Amino acid sequence: MTRAAGWLALGVLVAAPLLIVLGMGFGTATSGVPPVIPPWSASGWQGSLEAWGLVLSDPYYRDALWQSLRLAFITATLCLVLGFGMAMGIAAAPPARQFTWLALVLLPFWTGFLLRVSAWVGLLRDSGWVNTMLMKLGLIEAPLRLLHTEGAMILGMVHAYLPFAVLPLYASLARRDLTLEEAAADLGAGRWRVLFTITLPLAAPALAAAFLLVFIPAVGEVVIPELLGGPEALLVGRAIWQEFFQTLDWPAAAALATALLALLLLPVAAFQRLAAR
Amino acid sequence: MKRAALCLGLFFLWAPIALMVAYAFSDGRTPYIWGGLSLRWFRALAGNERLLEAAWLSLRIAAAAATLATLLGLVLGWVLARHGPFRGRPLFGALAGAPLVLPEVVMGLSFLMLIVGLQGLTGWPAQRGAMTVWLAHSALGMAFVAVLVQARLAALDPRLEEAAADLGAGPFTVFRTITLPLIMPSLLAGWGLAFTLSLDDVVLASFVSGPGATTLPVHLFSALRLGLTPEANALATLLLGAAGALLLVYALAARWRARVETPSSRE
Repeated sequence: MTRAAGWLALGVLVAAPLLIVLGMGFGTATSGVPPVIPPWSASGWQGSLEAWGLVLSDPYYRDALWQSLRLAFITATLCLVLGFGMAMGIAAAPPARQFTWLALVLLPFWTGFLLRVSAWVGLLRDSGWVNTMLMKLGLIEAPLRLLHTEGAMILGMVHAYLPFAVLPLYASLARRDLTLEEAAADLGAGRWRVLFTITLPLAAPALAAAFLLVFIPAVGEVVIPELLGGPEALLVGRAIWQEFFQTLDWPAAAALATALLALLLLPVAAFQRLAAR
Repeated sequence: MKRAALCLGLFFLWAPIALMVAYAFSDGRTPYIWGGLSLRWFRALAGNERLLEAAWLSLRIAAAAATLATLLGLVLGWVLARHGPFRGRPLFGALAGAPLVLPEVVMGLSFLMLIVGLQGLTGWPAQRGAMTVWLAHSALGMAFVAVLVQARLAALDPRLEEAAADLGAGPFTVFRTITLPLIMPSLLAGWGLAFTLSLDDVVLASFVSGPGATTLPVHLFSALRLGLTPEANALATLLLGAAGALLLVYALAARWRARVETPSSRE
């Protein structure tokens, strides 16, 4: 009976929405309410491939997908490098101190995602804190364009998602067997050699988990491109958002969401194989 | 060297937040330009009725969503940990984990289309609002609770439940008196996580909420798109203060418990 309840919850709350999006990609946009003709009705199949044709052929959507993957990759890599260093630092601290360090990593999380992004707006805009300080110091004469750039988006995303990378890395590094590293060092391996031949390979599943925990939300990010990126920063999350809310082309939004899911399935499946090994 | 990376990372995480908190106490009208010490923006916050209304709605939705998410997550985690390799288990596991790896925008879109489809077929729900946000946030939260519960159940010593059953307790009594207290920490952690996710969510709520139900993040997002005001700094300061106070209470309670429990465990 428990299992039946579980299937019911998953069916209604997870499977049904995903299947409907999959189907809606074959619907037809119209000017009614809701602005879509579903691909099937009592009289049978009436779907079209129009939305999918648009999404697959229009360079606008291809660019949106590619730019999102590229920025998410850069963000996840930066989070991985910085997060690994931080996790090593926390794991090396005396056990009584580790809780304090972890709390300091997690606490920014509760200032609210939007408010943390808003801080970057206030710091980076033309009349913002950074430009004001630089001008006061006489380093620049006119404000630099810092906000509405790709750099601002990456900065905002790394700031928002860094705790996601630190947690799994810390969990893995805190439990590692230090004797392996000591043995390698005793046998004459230098500090970097120990890191690259012992510590990193043993932490591979945690590294993959940390990467995905940042990469996946970063690919679909809507708020950060909207507030920190310029109007030209058309990432896929924002494209889906606009098709849905502004253009009212629901089939295109659904097809784009399905394409994004298909692209994300690859890294997730690769991770599950790595984790199962 | 390890310390250097930790310090650099923490500086990066905290520098913008420290500035936000500092300028929350500035009298100036422009955010991040100092205009003398004042509590003006905290007062403005207290007088902002639309924001307070949105915050109150968000808190109620978050509490309700965390509760439903904990119940459903308990069911999912239980099936995954205890039902063995039943037929369809791989699909069950994939669906239970899906909300963890779905981008918010995809989840929002798919949930909205479910609601519109249901409206077309059954006429229910009559309109989008607090209830649809509640359901969407519960779906998101239950996946996180399920992971925590499954891990906790897998780590339990099965002999405890066996002993209770041998002594004559029925399945429900075993669950209520042995299993439930043992997995309570994972349920509490899951509830807290689901509550936080709901309270902080913009994208999902934007898709599934209606005109009458503006949550705090939805309200803030539309306000921020129009422009930044120092009220945001004051709000962030309040949230950080509340979270810091909770964390401190938790740390003190943990220390107190450790002190109380250590002597007895040495026996």
